[in-house]
Amino acid sequence: MEKYNLNHLRVLEAESIYVIREVAAQFEKPVLLFSGGKDSIVMFYLARKAFWPAKVPFPLMHIDTGHNFPETLEFRDKLMEKTGAKCIVARVQDTIDQGKVVEETGINASRNVLQTVTLLDAIEAHKFDTALGGGRRDEEKARAKERFFSHRDEFGQWDPKNQRPELWNLFNGKKKMGEHFRVFPLSNWTEMDIWQYIYMEDVEIPKLYFTHKRKVFFRDGVWLADAPFMVKKDTEEVLEKDVRCRTIGDITCTGVTLSKANTLEEIIQETAATRVTERGGRYDDKRSEAAMEDRKKEGYF
Amino acid sequence: MTETKDFQKGYLNMELLRFTTAGSVDDGKSTLIGRLLYDSKAIFEDQMEAIKRASEQKGDEHVNLALLTDGLRAEREQGITIDVAYRYFATPKRKFIIADTPGHVQYTRNMVTGASTANVAIILVDARQGVLEQTIRHAYIASLLRIPHLIVCVNKMDLVNYKEDVFIKIQERFKELSVKLDVQDLRFIPISALKGDNVVERSGNMDWYDGPTFLYLLENIHISSDYNYVDGRFPVQYVIRPQADKYHDYRGYAGRIASGTFQPGDRVAVLPSGFTSCIKSVDTMKESLDMAFAPQSVVITLEDDIDISRGDMIVKENKMPEVGQDIEMMVGWLSETPMVMNGKYAIKHTTNDARCIIREMPFKININTLDKNYDDKGMVLNEIGKIKIRTTKPLYYDSYRRNRITGSVILIDESTNNTVGAGMIV
Repeated sequence: MEKYNLNHLRVLEAESIYVIREVAAQFEKPVLLFSGGKDSIVMFYLARKAFWPAKVPFPLMHIDTGHNFPETLEFRDKLMEKTGAKCIVARVQDTIDQGKVVEETGINASRNVLQTVTLLDAIEAHKFDTALGGGRRDEEKARAKERFFSHRDEFGQWDPKNQRPELWNLFNGKKKMGEHFRVFPLSNWTEMDIWQYIYMEDVEIPKLYFTHKRKVFFRDGVWLADAPFMVKKDTEEVLEKDVRCRTIGDITCTGVTLSKANTLEEIIQETAATRVTERGGRYDDKRSEAAMEDRKKEGYF
Repeated sequence: MTETKDFQKGYLNMELLRFTTAGSVDDGKSTLIGRLLYDSKAIFEDQMEAIKRASEQKGDEHVNLALLTDGLRAEREQGITIDVAYRYFATPKRKFIIADTPGHVQYTRNMVTGASTANVAIILVDARQGVLEQTIRHAYIASLLRIPHLIVCVNKMDLVNYKEDVFIKIQERFKELSVKLDVQDLRFIPISALKGDNVVERSGNMDWYDGPTFLYLLENIHISSDYNYVDGRFPVQYVIRPQADKYHDYRGYAGRIASGTFQPGDRVAVLPSGFTSCIKSVDTMKESLDMAFAPQSVVITLEDDIDISRGDMIVKENKMPEVGQDIEMMVGWLSETPMVMNGKYAIKHTTNDARCIIREMPFKININTLDKNYDDKGMVLNEIGKIKIRTTKPLYYDSYRRNRITGSVILIDESTNNTVGAGMIV
């Protein structure tokens, strides 16, 4: 039976493509949530594979906190141009200007939580009935409980204790008016799988993931990138270091890693040797033990 | 160059194995999983610190590894596992997906869910207690869901002084009971999850055991023949029609191969129309393939223009599936709302949607004793029984025993949209 062997990445790929196609078939107006990070890049790449030679039959949407690494936006725009895909941008700044949310202030101020409101508003405004997200179950313990097809009520809420059973490859996307779904095609991927896949398929990713010199400062065990809107304590000293991003998100809550990894091989070796989770550098998860579960119940990614 | 080759060999040559564990609070399941994760370095320092903090806060004497898998606030508060949790780890040989499910009878629903895609089922038996009701229940579910391999870990051997006769007795008792079950590959391992005997490292305390360790077995158990490579089944998921000049006449059928192999030139039939044609190409974005097989996701094009849409099935002509509207199946009930005899439900089968009516229920199974009950005609949450349904249109199916993809269905309550039944076609 040797000739019928698929490696683990090919099995995961086949599963994700199947899920993405189910979304296109079962829903009327899907959207793919795109952050410019490696997971959403891989998800979009898989979506292109799923429908080739046709184009991906739904748009992408970027929830823009306004606190981006400039390289992310540049990468996003180039990718859209290259693939002919359409990316809707929903801005947290607009939600703030409309008075729907109040911006946090102070040292740990972040727009990360505010994104949920922008996201739910955009889903409603565009009448999207499902949003594809790049969340993975290995990222965080609340995510480990997530279904591929995750039902949201008319308020966009997730009810983790009352999820639909998901069996075999039969996905139940039935819903009532006003409800929507979040779908996570990368559920079974780990951080390592993502990197190995990027390597195997030669998927293009932003340079931020490779080592570069950057002005950073140290807070609560995490190196944070310096930027004009970052509020620092007097004791926090800005230094220039060789760093790379392990995850890319809002600058205010995405830590960077001290690293000299300059190739995908080196990144994979570093990932294999690391003893801290990817989200260990995520400031947004450190707020409480159940920070992710609470945000997800409200409608977070 | 050789360095790159070694690198690729090391990282890109792994197989994927899915296994499910079922167990209750005390049988050491969490300890076993915790040990696998810890020893394979899948538990990270910040995770370990977080659960250490949480254990201390709760006043636990030792680090409670169950906190790793119990991800929901309610689960941590109540100290129980409510839902299936998925965990991941890898060794140089394989990547593993664990579907960790609670073992109590009230969570049979979750066990069925976790078991539906597994290659291997792990059943834990406490060496002091021997084979219990729940052992039989777990084994029954594993066999009903046709998990190809069953590994019985006789745990807590340290508490019975690592005695061989305890292990042998349990093994014999289990074999006796499993005669009624249909298990294809059954293995037994004496372990101590707490002390680490025969989990990752071979035990020095049980010289009488010359079989593999638990991890060795997980890494080496032969799974590539678990797929059905004989019956060509391709449920059409989506029709690809590019709106571009370059692919003006392209009409491809996207799907995931449920079983069998497909290659250009193969004679195929399309159900339900019955039209036949030849495969022109099997496409992916990077390349067209000489041959594709389960579980690959591909796009198939045919030599002839036939009207094909989602829910249709492309099959190899030499081995056709059953086609019919009156279907018998074993069903696990997943909903708090009992099954309604003669009730109508939506049904999902491969990529096909239909409706059905439940016409008969010949018997249900007492999942603790495996006895059949021919009198009670109702079915409530966590019960398993045989039903006969009639569908609104013909389905093209195989028996679940032969094909886990084309032999499985889910039933959906049309008023709540909830998934209420898991069906395995007899």
